[in-house]
Amino acid sequence: MKLLIAIIRENQLDQVREALIDAGISRITTSHVSGHGRSKTEEIYRGQVVVPNLVPNIRLEIAVNDDFVETTCNAILNATTAHDGGLVGSGKIFITPLEQCIRLRTGERGPEAI
Amino acid sequence: MKILQRSLLAFLAITMFPATVYASDMPEIDSGATAWMLTSVALVLLMIPGLAMFYGGLVRTKNVLGTMMHSFAAMGIMTVLWVICGYAMAFGPNVLGGWFGWSWDYFMLAGIDETIMDAGIPEYVFSMFQAKFAIITPALIAGAFAERVSFKAYCFFIALWGTLIYNPLCHWVWASDGFLFNLGAKGAIDFAGGTVVHISAGVSGLVVAIFLGGRKSFPHLPMRPNNLVMTMIGAGLLWVGWFGFNAGSSISSGLSTAQALTATQIAAAAGALAWIIIEGTHQGKATALGFVSGVLAGLVAITPAAGVVKPVGAMALGILASGFCYMAILLKNRLGYDDTLDAFGIHGIGGIVGAILLTFFIRESWMAEAADAAGSWTLIQQLGVQALAVLIAISYAAFGTWVILIVLNKIVPIRSSAEAEMRGLDNSYHGERGYGMTNPN
Repeated sequence: MKLLIAIIRENQLDQVREALIDAGISRITTSHVSGHGRSKTEEIYRGQVVVPNLVPNIRLEIAVNDDFVETTCNAILNATTAHDGGLVGSGKIFITPLEQCIRLRTGERGPEAI
Repeated sequence: MKILQRSLLAFLAITMFPATVYASDMPEIDSGATAWMLTSVALVLLMIPGLAMFYGGLVRTKNVLGTMMHSFAAMGIMTVLWVICGYAMAFGPNVLGGWFGWSWDYFMLAGIDETIMDAGIPEYVFSMFQAKFAIITPALIAGAFAERVSFKAYCFFIALWGTLIYNPLCHWVWASDGFLFNLGAKGAIDFAGGTVVHISAGVSGLVVAIFLGGRKSFPHLPMRPNNLVMTMIGAGLLWVGWFGFNAGSSISSGLSTAQALTATQIAAAAGALAWIIIEGTHQGKATALGFVSGVLAGLVAITPAAGVVKPVGAMALGILASGFCYMAILLKNRLGYDDTLDAFGIHGIGGIVGAILLTFFIRESWMAEAADAAGSWTLIQQLGVQALAVLIAISYAAFGTWVILIVLNKIVPIRSSAEAEMRGLDNSYHGERGYGMTNPN
């Protein structure tokens, strides 16, 4: 079992979500986060150049069985690169081992519970 | 005796102060009517931020500011256009065979600086009151194609629509030489804008929604309202503002004002109750959005009728409007077109229900006056007049909107680019965010 943590652009949540659903991955958790990446996005707001110090992003958490890691990563990759134009700040996917998973309703543990 | 005094005064005025000859020809100011009309102007203006909140709360987080800006932009654009040409086109004497009106006196409102109307109110007040209607009508349309329209194209669209669709319709129905105003014995009944405002906005919205196509991911992904609390507040402001809209449309402060105000309150309440009863029975839960949809359905339906129906009629119209609008929204989901915020479902259908079914609830005194004017006049004849007015409004609005869309789309693409739609209108067109951190989409 692996836990995928993906940090993506705010505006790409919908397309990533759709791509994941199409790939059969529908169990995800999302949250609004903000942070620093390598990118320095300059925006012009009311005539002044503004460099937002904390950039808002979306964080996705997806727990999957080992067989699905590639599918999930590919779905996210395809969805995020489709409209991106190669700018820095697209985000990252972190993959970590997942020790245990328990389904609250039934008490099942391990790969079946995911 | 009074007449004698007045003519004596007028005579004195003419002989002693030649400069005031013009002014003394005018009716005196009725301060009661003027005070109420000033209040009404403010109340109707309040409906537009109300509409901004109502619509703003219903879209997704990324589009909240863009959607509110649709209403606010209308306040800017339509007011300026109204002063330049709107008032002249809507209330000037017939030109071009009655297509619209025109009077150079009304251009830049230059000729009404000191005019007092027969109703005893300064013409400025009437002009500004009517300006608010010209603002809210295009703002209503925005609900049908929210979340997928480019801001620039929207601005051009409402400017063209207001000039070419709203002004002529307003002229036909409300100007004293408009052809719908003079249809039948006592005119097509449209007290405060059932055909001019709601049917035209609803139908045009439907046309734009079909022209632009649905939003990305519609309908397979649910798109839930970002803030229903704001929608509820907006609906509250609309209800309050509607007293100016309907009761102000009597252009007086008297019996007819009271009749319109009473009908308005009753229809809104009856509509709201009917909606949650229908919804609760049909789907098991009475939603807050359902309640305010019912309020709006009732208010829309009573808009053309407020001057001519008694309380029982107002109640019936409110209930009928909710029933029909509820079915229209169910039907929309079947048909699959993306009327985002149900501008057609509520304003189009509610307006049609009100304008046609009001015939069966007209108070006797109105029918008696109509019969006096025409020799004899029956409900069926009035029903024909109402149906004809509705049909004309629908066809003119639909056809005109279609032409505007086709021409405008060649110059400025109306639909947002896929990228802009995905990023959201707020970021794409305004460079701002509505909230700090709420729903993640």
